[in-house]
Amino acid sequence: MTEATLFSGPHAHDAISLRRTMLLVILALLPATLFGVYIYGWPALNLLLVTVIACVVAEAACLRLAGKPVAIFLLDGSAALTGLLLAMTLPPWAPWWIGVTGALIAIVLGKQVFGGIGQNLFNPAMVARVALLVAFPLQMTTFVAPRPLSSAGAPDFLQGLTITFGGGFQVDAMSSATTLSYVKTELGRHTPLDAALAPVFNLMQHLAGFIPGSLGETSAVFVLLGGLFLLARRIITWHIPVAMLASLLLLATLLHGLHPDTFPGPLVHLVSGATLLGAFFIATDLVTSPVTARGQLLFGAGCGALVYIIRTWASYPEGVAFAILLMNALTPLIDHYLRPRVYGRDRKGEPLVYDGQREQAE
Amino acid sequence: MKLFRIKGGIHPQDRKQLTAGKAIEDLPLPALLHIPLQQHIGSPAAPVVHRGELVRKGQLLAHSQGAISAPVHAPTSGRVMGVGNYPAHHASGLSVPTITLKPDGAERWVPGASPPADPFRLEPAEIATRVAAAGIVGMGGATFPSAVKLNLRTRYTLQTLVVNGAECEPYLTCDDRLMQEQAAEIIDGIRIMAYALGVENVVIGIENNKPAAQSAMQAAAQAYPEIRIARLPARYPMGSEKHLVQTLTGRETPARGLTADIGVVVHNVATAFAVHDALRHGRPLLSRVVTVSGGAIRTPNNLRVLIGTPVSDLLEYCGGYTSTPARLISGGPMMGQPLPGTRVPMVKGSNGILALTCKETGGDTAMPCIRCGSCVNACPCGLVPLEMASFIRSGNLEGAVGFGLLDCIACGSCAYVCPSNIRLVQYFNYARGELTARQRAEHRQTETRRLAEKRSLRIEKQKQARREALARRKSAANNRRAPAGVES
Amino acid sequence: MFAPLLSLMLLGLVLGGLLGVAARLFRVEGNPFQTEVEALFPGSQCGQCGFPGCAPAAEAVITGKAPVTLCPPGGRTLAQALASKLGVTVDLSGIQDKAPGYAYVRENLCIGCTRCFKRCPTDAIMGGPQQIHAVFRDACTGCELCYEVCPTECIEMRPVEPTTLTWYWPKPLEAA
Repeated sequence: MTEATLFSGPHAHDAISLRRTMLLVILALLPATLFGVYIYGWPALNLLLVTVIACVVAEAACLRLAGKPVAIFLLDGSAALTGLLLAMTLPPWAPWWIGVTGALIAIVLGKQVFGGIGQNLFNPAMVARVALLVAFPLQMTTFVAPRPLSSAGAPDFLQGLTITFGGGFQVDAMSSATTLSYVKTELGRHTPLDAALAPVFNLMQHLAGFIPGSLGETSAVFVLLGGLFLLARRIITWHIPVAMLASLLLLATLLHGLHPDTFPGPLVHLVSGATLLGAFFIATDLVTSPVTARGQLLFGAGCGALVYIIRTWASYPEGVAFAILLMNALTPLIDHYLRPRVYGRDRKGEPLVYDGQREQAE
Repeated sequence: MKLFRIKGGIHPQDRKQLTAGKAIEDLPLPALLHIPLQQHIGSPAAPVVHRGELVRKGQLLAHSQGAISAPVHAPTSGRVMGVGNYPAHHASGLSVPTITLKPDGAERWVPGASPPADPFRLEPAEIATRVAAAGIVGMGGATFPSAVKLNLRTRYTLQTLVVNGAECEPYLTCDDRLMQEQAAEIIDGIRIMAYALGVENVVIGIENNKPAAQSAMQAAAQAYPEIRIARLPARYPMGSEKHLVQTLTGRETPARGLTADIGVVVHNVATAFAVHDALRHGRPLLSRVVTVSGGAIRTPNNLRVLIGTPVSDLLEYCGGYTSTPARLISGGPMMGQPLPGTRVPMVKGSNGILALTCKETGGDTAMPCIRCGSCVNACPCGLVPLEMASFIRSGNLEGAVGFGLLDCIACGSCAYVCPSNIRLVQYFNYARGELTARQRAEHRQTETRRLAEKRSLRIEKQKQARREALARRKSAANNRRAPAGVES
Repeated sequence: MFAPLLSLMLLGLVLGGLLGVAARLFRVEGNPFQTEVEALFPGSQCGQCGFPGCAPAAEAVITGKAPVTLCPPGGRTLAQALASKLGVTVDLSGIQDKAPGYAYVRENLCIGCTRCFKRCPTDAIMGGPQQIHAVFRDACTGCELCYEVCPTECIEMRPVEPTTLTWYWPKPLEAA
């Protein structure tokens, strides 16, 4: 009974494959990435390339060590996607070794030690980001104001190389705070909300993306478009993004309504930080999110709530990475308890009984 | 009429345009026919003919055995060349008892087959008996003896007869063409079945990708207001009887139960046609319509073939292969079985012969599961295929049962959408087969233990009997010695 | 200085005492484990393992006198099940899974010596002295005891063939 060539059905297949899925996600991220590279210039591009290449190399090395076939796994595009997502959450002018360390943590510790693709419990890009944040807080919280390519203050190609590889980043002269970190600091000093927001928050600018932040935090519009593209192509379903945004905005509206002076409103939360990137690209990571619709709703709601809680009451201004990691830890539990109802059975698993059903003679 | 939605399901390319416009052609008489004794669910039929015997068309070759069985008839007149083992129409490549018949070309019917009186004058039970005698089984592929389904009237309260004209599998157009060309006969068969079941309502479900069939059946059913045509959305697996009934009535068949539990019996349109043939013309089930299609067939066709025709004859008639097919399938691409070769005969349940190219079968090597959940979204039965496969992969079959393995209808929707190309249905089929094999082994073990114990008891009893006999002899000897001491 | 020492010592004593009490209170009488292990065996008492029956074999496996691979009819599945039950690792490479078989008496060679049916552990052979013997296929477990003892070698072991009703799909192979 061990004939390898005997194939049972089905003998037809949809035009979807692992590689296509990953490529579609990369495609969806492309507008936001290109825009980010445009406004942050050459250093951002350098960091992006370094991170992605490091991820791919790390994956190849791990596969070789594990004795698995390298080409087939490398070409499915998952390492490149992890690299891209990680680079989107790093400060764009960070030094190259941040990218490389992050890539190693993401691929080796976040994915391969668990057994490779499909086996990891936590989102690899988020694992790397959090590890970097905790280990290198200075480099990871130093952001710059946008300097679009070919504008006055933008570094040229050689200067970009210096910044990324040569440590040419002068912290005091060049850095700016992100919206959320600035607001958090000011609120901590008991400045009323309006005064805290005024210098940094302009809805139009946030939507367009000309604000300091990481590559993925900037243009809300491009990220949203990418997310809608993924929805249209059925790579992700609506449950996680909608649930996450809904719970975040609900909490924000509630608390802003109660104390308008101390809690930023829903719009601020929506367009600042990596909210949209997290909702559409990170929380929806296929491997680490629940598989059923109800589970996904719960997962999304939990992410949104945690993002708000961490942003408001914890010591970090940006909570998406932590929130998602915490909910990732709950995914197996959610999958275990929230199962779909089986056809012909009720929620408890017993066969359905209809009124007027005649008892069988046997 | 109001239609309900089914959960999940997929929408594959139906590729029916290859044969949808081709009228049914009769395949010329083959040189040899091989008629298996088991073409149905239940006990195999027992042969009543011997080697060398001359038989007429429609003559009984093997009678049914037991409550769930069906007889087998000679598809044409000729000589019985042998009753022995022959490769089965089955993926395993094993052989089954088969009657080989050499046609004489004369097509002589068995005498005395007078058409019965008006079927509507017969007792419903009598209709079921005639259907059983004609060897009619579910022609949609399930091959369940139809007479048993007609007799469900005695054990269940039935309201509706649903006639399955959905034909949701890609490529297959045999039911489509049958409905277009023989609508009146099918409607007649349906009315006879409804009478036999004692139901007032009849619904014929036809998918919207068959508009010509819908109009043909609508026209033929015009005179009978109790028969309604339901225009179903084209979605796989609409033809699955549980999901068809759910779409039409909104009710789910209880798990481990029958559609009869909710008052519905489902029959295929081709079965209805066969019932018409048997009850109006006295003809047993001797042939069926089959779609020969696929990218590797030169001229795809819909053919009417005699039961027992070798598959090679069909392929030859359709012009043979244009290229070596990646797979040769019996049935549709979703739930069809690969055939071990082209020597195998056509059976009552084979509704399609597909020669598919690599491009059509799609799918490369399997990758690890990424838990994307596409399979969960696609499953029409509310199961979690990725979890079941994961448990089966690690050998924990009971865990897979906990996620609903025994409720799986093996429709293949999950494997169709899996981006990692995991052979999910093969895992489930393997697991179910393994569970059944383990049950059989356990049963054997219990039996063995019982027999071993019985043997020990028997030996004990023998020893005991010997001891008692010895004791008796001793005491008898003592008694004799005591008084006189004559015997030693 | 003394406070931590004292508290940890007290903690150790209290917890150790609780463990001792639990060992007495929750002690399990008898050895239900043996019955569980025995239930894994085929139960045909054929003796191919060298022990007089399945119960002694189970005991030998538990005490470690015999390896978990001792039972030929049980094959790999039994060895694996025993290994996981007893928590030992087992090297399965040496075991050939014997295909299930049944005994068949070639009647033209049978001399009616009755040696085979006296040995059969499930009474699957019928016949009497000077009468040709035959095997009840359903009751035969393929233990080969009759095969070993037949003086005319008229018993042959035939493999149990799969049928279309017992065949099922093999487990799919993995990619990596």
